[in-house]
Amino acid sequence: MSNSALLKSSLVKKYWMSATGLFLCLFLAGHLAGNLQLLISPENGARDAFNMYGKFMTTNIFVKVLSIVTYISILFHAIDGIILTIQNRRARPVRYVKETPSASSSWASRNMALLGTVMLVFIVLHMLAFWKRMHFGPIETYIAANGEELKDLYSITVLSFKDADNGLIVCMIYLVAMIAIAFHLMHGFQSAFQSVGIRHPKYTPLIKKVGYGFALLVPLLFAIIPFYIRFML
Amino acid sequence: MSKLNSKIPEGSVDKKWTDYKNHVKLVNPANKRSIDIIVVGTGLAGSSAAASLAEMGYSVKAFCFQDSPRRAHSIAAQGGINAAKNYQNDGDSTYRLFYDTIKGGDYRAREANVHRLAEVSANIIDQCVAQGVPFARDYGGLLDNRSFGGTQVQRTFYAAGQTGQQLLLGAYSALSRQIALGKVKMYNRHEMLDVVVVGGKARGIIARNLVTGEIERHSAHAVLLCSGGYGNVFFLSTNAMGSNVTAAWKAHKRGAFFGNPCFTQIHPTCIPVSGDHQSKLTLMSESLRNDGRIWVPKKKEDAVAIQQGKKLGKDIAEDDRDYYLERRYPAFGNLVPRDVASRAAKERCDAGFGVNATGQAVFLDYAAAIERYGKIEANKHNMTNPTPEQIRAMGKDVVKEKYGNLFDMYKQITGEDPYETPMKIYPAVHYTMGGLWVDYELMTTIPGCYALGEANFSDHGANRLGASALMQGLADGYFVIPYTIGNYLADDIRTGKIPTNTPEFDAAEKAVKDQINFFVNNKGTKSVDYFHKRLGKIMWDKCGMARNEKGLKEAIQEIRQLREEFWKEVRVPGSNDEFNPELEKAGRVADFLELGELMCMDALTREESCGGHFREESQTEEGEAKRDDNRFSFVSAWEYKPDIKDEVLHKEELKFEEIKVVARSYK
Amino acid sequence: MKLNLKIWRQKNREDKGKMVDYSIDHVSPDMSFLEMLDVLNEQLINKGDDPIAFDHDCREGICGMCSLFINGRAHGPNYGVTTCQLHMRSFKDGDTIFIEPWRAQAFPVIKDLAVDRSAFDRVIQAGGYVSANTGGAQDANCLPVPKENADKAFAAATCIGCGACVATCKNGSAMLFVSAKVSQLALLPQGKAEAQQRVLNMVAQMDAEGFGNCSNTGACEIECPKGISLENIARMNREFMKASILSEK
Repeated sequence: MSNSALLKSSLVKKYWMSATGLFLCLFLAGHLAGNLQLLISPENGARDAFNMYGKFMTTNIFVKVLSIVTYISILFHAIDGIILTIQNRRARPVRYVKETPSASSSWASRNMALLGTVMLVFIVLHMLAFWKRMHFGPIETYIAANGEELKDLYSITVLSFKDADNGLIVCMIYLVAMIAIAFHLMHGFQSAFQSVGIRHPKYTPLIKKVGYGFALLVPLLFAIIPFYIRFML
Repeated sequence: MSKLNSKIPEGSVDKKWTDYKNHVKLVNPANKRSIDIIVVGTGLAGSSAAASLAEMGYSVKAFCFQDSPRRAHSIAAQGGINAAKNYQNDGDSTYRLFYDTIKGGDYRAREANVHRLAEVSANIIDQCVAQGVPFARDYGGLLDNRSFGGTQVQRTFYAAGQTGQQLLLGAYSALSRQIALGKVKMYNRHEMLDVVVVGGKARGIIARNLVTGEIERHSAHAVLLCSGGYGNVFFLSTNAMGSNVTAAWKAHKRGAFFGNPCFTQIHPTCIPVSGDHQSKLTLMSESLRNDGRIWVPKKKEDAVAIQQGKKLGKDIAEDDRDYYLERRYPAFGNLVPRDVASRAAKERCDAGFGVNATGQAVFLDYAAAIERYGKIEANKHNMTNPTPEQIRAMGKDVVKEKYGNLFDMYKQITGEDPYETPMKIYPAVHYTMGGLWVDYELMTTIPGCYALGEANFSDHGANRLGASALMQGLADGYFVIPYTIGNYLADDIRTGKIPTNTPEFDAAEKAVKDQINFFVNNKGTKSVDYFHKRLGKIMWDKCGMARNEKGLKEAIQEIRQLREEFWKEVRVPGSNDEFNPELEKAGRVADFLELGELMCMDALTREESCGGHFREESQTEEGEAKRDDNRFSFVSAWEYKPDIKDEVLHKEELKFEEIKVVARSYK
Repeated sequence: MKLNLKIWRQKNREDKGKMVDYSIDHVSPDMSFLEMLDVLNEQLINKGDDPIAFDHDCREGICGMCSLFINGRAHGPNYGVTTCQLHMRSFKDGDTIFIEPWRAQAFPVIKDLAVDRSAFDRVIQAGGYVSANTGGAQDANCLPVPKENADKAFAAATCIGCGACVATCKNGSAMLFVSAKVSQLALLPQGKAEAQQRVLNMVAQMDAEGFGNCSNTGACEIECPKGISLENIARMNREFMKASILSEK
């Protein structure tokens, strides 16, 4: 049975959740770094900078490999998560009449699947809005200050948040998604270490702190961007 | 000539076991496979025996009434396990352990058995460590010891306050391994309801599947009863709720003599009864007596005020406190043996000095210890003028580290904080030294039927020392029965499988079914517990810590009446073919109702005081127990007769060749 | 005090079962929770009703036999105690108390509040032991164990196998139970020889019994009456990874 342990065991599914989850955290950090360029004021060349970055992200071979890994990670994380959730539900076919779960665990830790689902829906919307247009159009191009022809993802982004009819709704969708990410990370970050057995009385408190910091900071910064664009630009 | 043959080997006491092992008959490995052994009960004795016998190659069937073998009540033992390892270099030896056990048992145990116990004690520790039992260790990684139960050497191995649990889980893991290997077939939630005797030999059991109610027949070449003690005859005891005498009693009815039934150990440090609803009593580890001081008020009016809730323990001035153990036994003080401490508490409470609403409690006070430890800590930290508060706080921390889990448990149960107010304790039934009479090979008077652990009578005489029960259970299972059983089974290698379709099995099964059918069909009006509680009260009042002729005679009459009423009035709800705890209890209480009478008869016959058995007629002028070695240096072994009052007493004379018999004194 | 009880009644494994209301008066705060049920049962018997079946034995918090999901929590509202050690002073006059059996695929109900936890036994049988036959052991002090490891092994070994971890885990996962045994033996030199096979086999058996997966909510650690640490789960995760990669089988 141990032959297949690496494929079938419940623990291994958790290892995968952990590995893909932590990788996606890296991705988030990278994505955020790029997005923060949207906070540069237009006078300082935000449009060029952001669109150059967009070009780099879609053409660089190394980034391409990374992005494929990211897609796979998201898919794997989601599918693995669904399988685990189904198994977990099967492990308790008859529910309790009365439950008091808050006495022993955090809300986030119990609702990872729900939070994940929210995020998955968001990712689909998000990719339809930007990723799809960046790759398959329609998208306008222009000549940047340095003479390079760039796809104008910047304008699409800015317009989608500033749109008079739907802009606010889009902003709110982003906010909700970021809150979901925050809670997901709050549990998920430290949980990923526990799942692969990284736990130490000296370092685990640090991991937890970093995890909370990451879970608050990253989504917060992400969430600022649409509102900054809508109300400050 | 008596019917009893204890089969003690010849030779000096320290050579007997070695000689025995050198000459005992063996069964070759191929033959072991075709020999079946039934083990009833999976506590320390049962699990260790089942695992060891299976390792040797026998085919074993093990039974327990709990939902898993790991739940047996051995698990509740707190203090530790004795072994003559002399790791502490304090002069311990096999001989000293042997001597202490005989003396502690008030010279009512068999020398040869006790010496063997002391000999194998060291192997037990080795075996348990090999299994991964996490005993306490010192900083060098070697095993730690403590002194326990007032011994002068540190020979007690321990795992915090959960030694019994760790040892049982060790034996359980060994058993689990054999179950996985298919060498042991485990029957959880099964209760043995009779022994089947074929041609004069124990050849099987009748068991009830407690989930389905099915009555099953199981045959074997030998039957091992490892079913524990019968303290629950008192209803309130520190035993588990399910602990019962049924397996042993059924064997008794089939011909196994019952040894020393009246020898009961009352443990001095239990949490007192809080009301009629009480279902069991909780032990506070004996180790608490190492640091705590036991007292009651000196003045009656103080005691009465406390009983009425008008005063608290801490309101009583130091001079108005009677530290009665220190007063009566200056040499041992609060560390006198269990029986002595228990009786002294009862004496004070009977005299009206008890300290709770029922008047059945004494104080166990840690205030002095907290202060003492606090001062030591202050010294350690070079504090020149510590305030009393600082001293108390530091002292509390030390006490917390040593006894924290016990204090927490006390608080959980009583709702009182033992750091602030003295604990209340009272003696409670804890262990039964008596049990099925067995010979040197642990065989009862039914050939092929063995009794191990607390279920037999053998090693503790009239009083068991602390940390010796675990030792005996594991000694019997790991290191005695694997040798002695071969001596019997060697003659059984040609017998072949024992059939279960014989008249003996038919008859035993019918008797079991008849009793069950009676219970579920009886149109009584009173629950099983109603009778159990009444029996317990009779036993506790008249056959408890102190006994006298008049009381015992009354008790016998009362129990007989109660038994009669039980068979008329008991109500058992539900049916026989389902999970029915009330039905289980009914069968057990029926047996207790017979055992209780026998215990009183035994206590009545033994007109001396020894160990846990205190006859008020036999005491010194100072109220200490007075043994009568001329008339009572024997083991009483009772032979069953259909009416308990007709049971026949057989006596096994105790010969002390090695140890000089003297009076115990702790003054 | 007077209490309203809502108790799960189920005749046998096949029965569907339902919550039934009872009320009980004159409950003393000094009673243990199980003694309160004893009193209720006595009343039911006297009325000719079927008493409520529940598991219990030692009633001092160590055998692990008692269970009960009380007001939505394993072993009731207090931390660090089993149901048998829970006393009625933790409740107030007029309280409504929900009492349910452990709920898990791997713990089928036998009757009312009693469940079958033999899955735990089978997990232990899969490898929760050191293969040391009786009689062959060397002197106990030949095998020094660093105190720190001995203490940690002991802390893991205090698991009483009650199943509160499974009952309380939203996934019905047995990771805390299994990891406690894996940890105890992984920390001790005696257990090293079989460490790889042990963790692989025990985890495989755990999965086969139908327990859920660990999602690190930490509820098990909080509700465990013996305070078994999540550190053990991390250790098992480590041991399992090591064994899966290194094992030659």
